[in-house]
Formats: sequence, structure tokens, C-alpha cells
Amino acid sequence: MEKRLQPRQEKRSVLPAILIICAVLLVTVLLDNILPANTFTLMLIPVLRKGAIYSLVCVSMNLLNGFTGLFSLGQAGFMLIGAYAYSIFSIPADQHAAVYQYFEGGAVRFSIPEMLSGVLGPNLGSFLGAIICIIIAGLVAAVFAALIGIPVLRLKSDYLAIATLGFAEIMRAVFQWNGLGRITNGSNLLRKYTAFTDINLRLGSLNIKLATFFPFLIAILSITFIVLLINSTYGRAFKAIRDDEVAAEAMGINLFRHKMYAFIVSSFFAGVGGALLAMFQTTVQAAAFKTAMTYEILLMVVIGGIGSISGSCIAAFLYIACSEWWLRFLDGGKLFGMSVPFFRDGFRKVVFSVIIMIIVLFFRKGIMGDRELSFRRKPRQSKGKEADANG
Amino acid sequence: MAKSVLRLEDVTMQFGGVIAVDNLSMEIFEGEIVALIGPNGAGKTTAFNAVTGVYEPTNGAVYFHDKLLVTNYPRGKMKKLYAGENRGKYTKAVAHTPDYITKLGIARTFQNIRLFKSMTVFDNVLTAMHLRKTAGLFSAIFRANRKEEQKMRADADELLRIVDLYDVRDELATSLPYGKQRKLEIARALATKPTLLLLDEPAAGMNPQETEELTEFIRWIREKFDLTIFLIEHHMNLVMDISDRIYVIDFGKLIAQGVPAEIQQNQKVIDAYLGVEEDE
Repeated sequence: MEKRLQPRQEKRSVLPAILIICAVLLVTVLLDNILPANTFTLMLIPVLRKGAIYSLVCVSMNLLNGFTGLFSLGQAGFMLIGAYAYSIFSIPADQHAAVYQYFEGGAVRFSIPEMLSGVLGPNLGSFLGAIICIIIAGLVAAVFAALIGIPVLRLKSDYLAIATLGFAEIMRAVFQWNGLGRITNGSNLLRKYTAFTDINLRLGSLNIKLATFFPFLIAILSITFIVLLINSTYGRAFKAIRDDEVAAEAMGINLFRHKMYAFIVSSFFAGVGGALLAMFQTTVQAAAFKTAMTYEILLMVVIGGIGSISGSCIAAFLYIACSEWWLRFLDGGKLFGMSVPFFRDGFRKVVFSVIIMIIVLFFRKGIMGDRELSFRRKPRQSKGKEADANG
Repeated sequence: MAKSVLRLEDVTMQFGGVIAVDNLSMEIFEGEIVALIGPNGAGKTTAFNAVTGVYEPTNGAVYFHDKLLVTNYPRGKMKKLYAGENRGKYTKAVAHTPDYITKLGIARTFQNIRLFKSMTVFDNVLTAMHLRKTAGLFSAIFRANRKEEQKMRADADELLRIVDLYDVRDELATSLPYGKQRKLEIARALATKPTLLLLDEPAAGMNPQETEELTEFIRWIREKFDLTIFLIEHHMNLVMDISDRIYVIDFGKLIAQGVPAEIQQNQKVIDAYLGVEEDE
């Protein structure tokens, strides 16, 4: 009976993934520093940055909705928390008076990137400072998730969705409340904090911009973390809960604890995504984190394929590119030099909606279904998870 | 005297005004195969659910290896509604979630197969080993548990070889033929390393030949894994063939118990159950 106990180990080819990641990161550095600023790059670069951010947010939502089967709609709320936590701790001290002009300069009077810059020099200081602030942003979001998860995760499907949606709306209201103004600046903008363009690397006289590199780096690290989680024994437990809660519990998987893990990790990275979005936008206002934002993310997840990491990433880039770039011409009123009467403001959104409807109707399972991009060819649908590089 | 593995004392399960399991007492000893039979709706699965933590019994106690596992007494709205016996005999309330009970060593299968649909045969078994892991979330993510993970994978492979499912290792669980899905469900339950295995109608929907194979299989895993097996079944051939002892319930009440030969001769059982089956 015991002939060949050595199991067929799944040889995950890690090396190609690492090479691709490095290549992507290198390209982002080149894009920022080599390409001249023209109309093409002025569209391309922001789309790439935002695409990387949304990839991360989509993957974090997919961890919850696609891999653990928890239909949560609180993503915008956790992004909001992350964005605020990030900005509050990275506004330079001398800017507090200007930013918090209605709230006596605010309660938090220090800036982590600034403090680190004092010790490590401005470049490394703002780089590490931004990373520390991003981690804080994630942690704050995770703490909120842990607190809200205790009552909310006992709910199922639709009820969970409604409860998390409500949470996100409450957060939006709370952050705009003047009573917290000394921290959140009420309904006013937070600004002047460390943004992507503040992240540079100086080599001798050469100044290398890392404004695109940075969001890609954070997004790739975060997505890798989530992929590692999903492929671990805990990830299998998540999938078991998604497939059949009753059976999962009967197999000794503690439902509440594992749902909590998924919820906290997902919220952590939603917070990180929120922080990156704040860096991208250079200003933060709670009013912008509407329910529509969650729906947008959910849409990307569905288009990419519920339960597919690479699908989420591809969909995020395509969605951002379509909505911000490729379909722009539809609003311009002209096609190949001819004026077309119904090409006017807002027509882009009509076409976009039609495209989305077509995708949902004809690709029920999204672009990728529940498969992943893989370097190994496998005959059947079954496995093939791979740490996938962005886009 | 053989060691007691599972003991039910006066277990009563009442839903609103309906008593699904009425004052059921029974005992299963180490190494036995014990069957629980009875007409549809007699409360067999409910009794299973009361043991595995899916339901909290309304009254009574369950002991596992002579240790108190679950106990309850009529509380809350049941205080007034309770219509069973032994009111006041139990005064404690101890309840556990199903996952905890599985960790203690009681594994089960389901009446309607509940495999993890999106997973392969191998992953189904591997997932059931999750509860015996020692690695925390972060050591699992950063692969600090590589040894443990390899051991789990090797164990899962070995288990699949033992139960003869290794050739379909990488198939989707739901793509297997019905009989193999049943077998896989048992294998998955075995992966949790139980001492007591509860099988809820393992032969449901099987043809006579498959049933015969299953009979052999159940007997064989008992030897191989030193199990005690408690099963619910409607296939009388299987029950009479395999069981060391049989409990019969009807309308939640225990109406007979004994070795198969006794049960077959028991007039009460014939009236309530065995006779009825021939009419159908």
C-alpha cells in the first residue's frame, strides 16, 4: 500500500513571477523618468497609478467576497479610514495651521515623514515615512474592522452587505462631523501631505522620480501577501467557508474566527488602498468616499471574475483606463475630425454602461472566472494559482 | 467492560411545540458499529445534530469518552413550552460549536453530500486537516509552516491512497460519480482524525452493488483507523449486515434496541418501521 509516499508536490514556479514583478517595477521607474511629458504620457501615467491602487482594493475585496464568500460592501468606508489615517500623520508640521485653519491647527501636530526626513534625509525619510503612514492607515482600518466585525460577521449574505454598507455611510458622516474637526478637519479637505510626487530617489546629481514606482511597489507587495494567504492553509479554510459553511464547520473550521481573519486582512488592505488613493489625489475629503465607490470596486471584481486575483487586477486596469482615458473621446464631440452630435458630455458613461452590461451578460463569470494567469499550462480548469504580476 | 465512547442521557430536542427527539438514551462502546434506524422524520438526523453541536438539545446530556460534552435544561421560552420528561434533572448548560466538537474527535458526514464544490478531491481532504494545524496566520502566510504543510499534503495523499481515491486526486470533487463522492465525504471526515465517526445515511441513493462495497469499506476503515462508528441508514441489508447493535426510534422515542437478529424479530419495530418499508 505504501509505495510512493512522496506526494506530487505542486512546483510553484516563483522565479518567473519575481522576474515579471521586477520588470514591471523597472518599467514604472522608466516611465516616470525617461518618457517626455506629452498628451499620451499625461493620460497613461495617472491611469497606471490609479489602476495599481484599484487593483489592490479589488483584490482585497475579492478576498472577502470571492474567496471567503462574505458579501461585504464596506470597502469605501475602510478606504476612507485609511486615507484619513494616512493624511493625518503625514501633513508637515508647519502646514497644520493652513490645513486645519478652522480647527486651530488640529490635534495631531507631527508628521512621520517629516520626522524621519530629519534623521534620514528628505528622500529616504519621505519614502519610509510614507510607508509607515500607510501601515498605520491599514492598521487603523483593521482595528475598525475588528470592532465592527464582532457584531456584523454573525450576519449572512444580504444582511451582512447592508450592515457593512451602513457602516461605510456612518464612517463618511462621522469623518465630516465638526466635533472631530481637530483630527479630521471636518468637511474640509486634508492636503499638503506626502504624495506620490514627493517620493524620489537622489543618486548623486541624478534625481529619480518614484511617483509611479511607489504605488506599484505597495500594490504588488500587498497583493503578494494576499495571494500567499489565499494559498495557505487558512486560504483553503476561507474557500471551504465559501463553498459550504455547514460542512466547513463540521470539518472543524471555526467560522467566526476565520471570517474575522478574512475581514480584518481585507480591511487592512482596503485601508492601504485608501492611503494610496489619498497620495494619488493629493487631497482627501470624506464626501468623495461614497457608496458608488464600493459599487465601482465591486463591478471591477465582478468583471474580473469573482475568485480570481489576476482577474481583479486586469479588470481594475481596464476599468480605470476605459473610464478615464480610452472612452474620453466620446465626450469630445468629434470622431476622426467630424463632429458627431450625440458625442457630448456624459455619452462616455452611456457607452461604458453598455460595455459593462455586455460583459455581465456574455461573460457571466467575468474575464477570468475563478482561474488565474499562470505560467504553467494545465489541461483542466482545476488549479494553477500563481503570484501574478499586475496587469 | 468496553469503554464508552458516546453516551446520550435523556436527550430531548423540542422545536416550538414539536418534540423531534424525545428522551433518548443510548450508549456506544469503543470499536462498535451502531446503527440508528427509524421511519422518515423519526428524529435520527436531529439526534446527530444534537451530538455534533448543530443544535443545542432542549434537555439532557451527551458524554463523549465519559466526559461531559453537551448538556442543557429547558431555559428561556422553552421553560414554559417544554413538554418532555425529566424536567429539573439537568441544571447545567454546556454547549459547543460544531468545529470544537470536531476537534475533540467526532467527525460526521451529511445526508445530502456536502463536499467543497470548487475544490479538487485532494483539496477537500487537505482542507479537513486544517483543524489540526499549529501554525498561526502569519507563519502560514510567510510559509514558516512549510514542514507542517508538507506533512499535511503527504497525509492527504496517503489517505487518498488508502481509500483508493488517489487516481481522481486532481478531479473536481463534484465531478466524481455519486458513490465516490460519498466515499470522499467519508475520507474527508477521516482527515479530521476522529475517534468517533457519524455517518448520516451513507448509502442513500446507492445501488445494491455500491451498497455492498460501502459495507465492506465501513468495516475496513473501522479496523484501519480504530474507529467507533455510529450511523443512520435506511438500507436494511447494510444495517443488519454491519451493525453490532441497533437502536430504533419512532416519533423521537426509542422503541427498541439490541443486536440485529433481535431487532428483526421485534414486533414493535416491524409495525413501526420494517413492515412499512415493504409496502413502499
